[in-house]
Amino acid sequence: MRYLPLSDADRASMLEKIGVESVDDLFVDVPEEARLDGPIRGLPTHASEMAVEKHMRRLSKKNLAAADAPFFLGAGAYRHHVPASVDHIIQRGEFLTAYTPYQPEIAQGTLQMLFEFQSQVARLYGCEIANASMYDGSTACWEAVAMASRIARGKKKKVVLSGALHPHYAEVVRTMAKFTEDEIAGAPPSLTPHPDDDGLIARIDEDTSCVVVQYPDILGRLPDLPRIAEAAHEKGALLIAVNTEPVALGAIEAPGNLGADIVVGEGQSIGVGLQFGGPYLGLFAIRDPKHVRMMPGRLCGETVDAEGKRGYVLTLSTREQHIRREKATSNICTNSGLCALAFSVHMTLLGEKGLRALAAENHRLACLAADQLGAIEGVTLLNAHFFNEFTLKVGRDARALVRDLADKGVLAGVSLGRLYPDSDGLDDALLVAVTETTTEEDIHTLCAVLKEALS
Amino acid sequence: MSDLNASGWKPGTPVDGHNAMSGPDTTTGNRALMLEEPLIFEIGDTETTGVDFDFASRLDLAGVIQPEQPTPASETTSRLGNFGRKSEIGLPGLTEPQTVRHYTRLSRQNYAIDLGLFPLGSCTMKHNPRLNEKIARMPGFADVHPLQPTSTVRGALEVINELAFWLIELTGMHSVAMSPKAGAHGELCGILCIRAALEARGDAREVILVPESAHGTNPATAAFAGYRIENIPANEDGRVDLEALKSRLGPDVAGVMITNPSTLGLFERDLKAISDAVHDAGGFVYCDGANFNAIVGKVRPGDLGVDAMHINLHKTFSTPHGGGGPGSGPVVLSEALAPFGPLPYTARTKDGVVHLVEEEDALSFAVEHFGGPLKHFGRMTAFHGQMGMFTRALAYILSHGADGLKQVAEDAVLNANYILRSMEDVVDAPFAKAGPCMHEALFSDKGFAEGLSTLDLAKGLIDEGYHPMTMYFPLVVHGAMLVEPTETESKATLDQFITAFRSVAERAMAGDECLKAAPHYAPRRRLDETLAARQPILAYKTPAPDGSSTGLGAKYGGG
Repeated sequence: MRYLPLSDADRASMLEKIGVESVDDLFVDVPEEARLDGPIRGLPTHASEMAVEKHMRRLSKKNLAAADAPFFLGAGAYRHHVPASVDHIIQRGEFLTAYTPYQPEIAQGTLQMLFEFQSQVARLYGCEIANASMYDGSTACWEAVAMASRIARGKKKKVVLSGALHPHYAEVVRTMAKFTEDEIAGAPPSLTPHPDDDGLIARIDEDTSCVVVQYPDILGRLPDLPRIAEAAHEKGALLIAVNTEPVALGAIEAPGNLGADIVVGEGQSIGVGLQFGGPYLGLFAIRDPKHVRMMPGRLCGETVDAEGKRGYVLTLSTREQHIRREKATSNICTNSGLCALAFSVHMTLLGEKGLRALAAENHRLACLAADQLGAIEGVTLLNAHFFNEFTLKVGRDARALVRDLADKGVLAGVSLGRLYPDSDGLDDALLVAVTETTTEEDIHTLCAVLKEALS
Repeated sequence: MSDLNASGWKPGTPVDGHNAMSGPDTTTGNRALMLEEPLIFEIGDTETTGVDFDFASRLDLAGVIQPEQPTPASETTSRLGNFGRKSEIGLPGLTEPQTVRHYTRLSRQNYAIDLGLFPLGSCTMKHNPRLNEKIARMPGFADVHPLQPTSTVRGALEVINELAFWLIELTGMHSVAMSPKAGAHGELCGILCIRAALEARGDAREVILVPESAHGTNPATAAFAGYRIENIPANEDGRVDLEALKSRLGPDVAGVMITNPSTLGLFERDLKAISDAVHDAGGFVYCDGANFNAIVGKVRPGDLGVDAMHINLHKTFSTPHGGGGPGSGPVVLSEALAPFGPLPYTARTKDGVVHLVEEEDALSFAVEHFGGPLKHFGRMTAFHGQMGMFTRALAYILSHGADGLKQVAEDAVLNANYILRSMEDVVDAPFAKAGPCMHEALFSDKGFAEGLSTLDLAKGLIDEGYHPMTMYFPLVVHGAMLVEPTETESKATLDQFITAFRSVAERAMAGDECLKAAPHYAPRRRLDETLAARQPILAYKTPAPDGSSTGLGAKYGGG
């Protein structure tokens, strides 16, 4: 009960002030038959700090941490080094325990940070305007589709998904679209060295509100965004580019500069960490400022105070649920503020120079790994191009292979069979990601266990 | 805004007659410990970095490996094809000391729960235990990938399952969907479960009923799920009008979204009767669980007939709000809705092992262990939800235990009623006679002097050192002020707040014009929100070339 400061004497004097005899008199509106007497049976009573920590540590130790194994998983979540000062700053109570900046005069810390974050994301994506973050990349992807539908004013009903969009992202879009009137046109990914840009372009027609393309795609390949953008725009559709690895944008051109109208993605790589899937950080940006009132999520804007000093506020809230109710641009009420702070701090520590260096090192190690793994007998490197993630065909069921290698202490990658349980023909494909945290020794270890497993 | 210097300080700005800053303006714009802080774009540049790389010498800025380095030939060739970045990004960098100082200075311009009472109604701003932060950072939780083979994440799956167990027991429900990322996301999950269940029985219903006092997210959520919204009025004492609701029920109504305790701080006495009526009419009951803090351990929503309810882990079970998020919104489900919850989910089989029904083949797994295929409605998010919030929430729950959680609700309700009874002789409390309030006390601006508003009172409270309460919500009350103290405040803190609240309220009644210019002592005076919306500036723009600005802006003209 160490978190509860009232003493029994306090409680007694407060009840007296209120004019009731017992605290149960404050629950008189709860129907008697629904009231619980005493603690719920089957649940333990309170525990000391030491006991809780011990219990949780025991559970924690049942997991194999990425740092404790040669580690090659990606597919939408990447392991990168996060400088110690990032965690120090996000643990400052004034950031950690603040709330939504509803009172801007005493929330300038959060607000200025969000303005800086928006500016960083807009530049990284080659866009004009970014919002103050969303839940994660997959939900941001759906929100982008919903925004494109709003822009098309319901006149265009078709959403064209690239076959190489992260299958979980595609499933989020499909799930949500089942309940709206959008029709989803997608396809399973093609296991070819280049993405199926032609097939994608062929599916765009006059009824298409948007085309969704991942860049780099789920197999690590790089689609020809300018060509796809041109084809989409020709039919009056918007191009939504999805990026799950922001570090890549230190080495490859920004989607906004290649014709994407809405760029969304996962920001987890910068500052946030793996965390078994969440909390993550949805990034969302648009190229044309005229669409700003159709955007979902929070926006922080610059203004002045009564003395003429520059300051920041949440703005354009007439798009939001608390004002527009059922006519709002989305039902989102929160953002990933603390993750946005972590991203912004890490990005500030990197700066342009650091991000580019980091991206180059990721790419160098990935090239090294691709060469060595591709040279193993029975293994084929699929990609013509990639950044820090690529696909190997391993000639046997990759799901079982991944489990076997995990038993040997190597986290070898993500099997496409796990990502696409219902698709045939992808079973022998293994997705391998390499970052600056991967050592050359890790690569040699993976090569050795893979050789052994395939021999 | 060209006359602002880099820090936003405008020398010689005239101050109005109510400025309580009695000293002269300073040259820097700083006020002793309160320091002005420029943007990173104004103090950083693209050549500075606060990170040392072991590999820096092998690289150039275009991301190409230097050919003179002793690396094998095949590695020197980029595999980026024609996709290499050609444009500048324009990202400012700072060294580590500059970075730490920048953000530390910014942090000092924030109010936070660590600094004092944060009585935002319906937001449940309670103390955030640091043990939970320590636990969430254990490598076994923080440094595991969502797609690792489940044999390597048994502990993480047990955390999910252990938390799920508590949530089910505390709510008296059948099962829980853990993946929703926040409260509003959970609402969507619950409504989609309802829709999927209706569709499974071939019943296409079009309408969701939402009481007037609902959170704005409720109608937005139902609309997003493709439903038409109809409002249900409140009766005289602020509760849902049972007769009005009953008379609207029919074969077109998919369900009702109700908040209990309500946003008026009241317990919906008739919830069981509402549930029975909705069920009789073939619909489902969604309960907005944002206010679960008031009843945890005292009442189980499942016993009141609720079919789905999201739980804001960050509120009731205290995970840090972090300036607006992340949240976490697991949804507890009744037996009728349980089969329709989204992927991915965990399940413990008879052998005691917790499975992630995703790595397994979902269909055959369900047939083998549950006797038939599940009818999940799809996927709401890429991975399993907010694991970092699950560990914190579980640690909070274990720390309190069943006895402590009951005490949480009792103390939260006691604190709110104490404020209600200590204020009602000064400030109008429109529903004070409708029964005890739950964990939040509602007041209105009735009796304020002409020209003074709830906003002015809120800004006056800032000068007294408090974050104001929730203002202008719920919408059904004019000039609403919703105060939620939570259970982690002491009586002494409440007494100090009551003194300040009474004094500012009395000034508002008396027509103290000084309040209109409040806050006087905050890092900023009142901010012009109209200007921000009329001329939106949403990203840093490089000043025009003739501007005197230095740093990144000047270097990257056109930004």
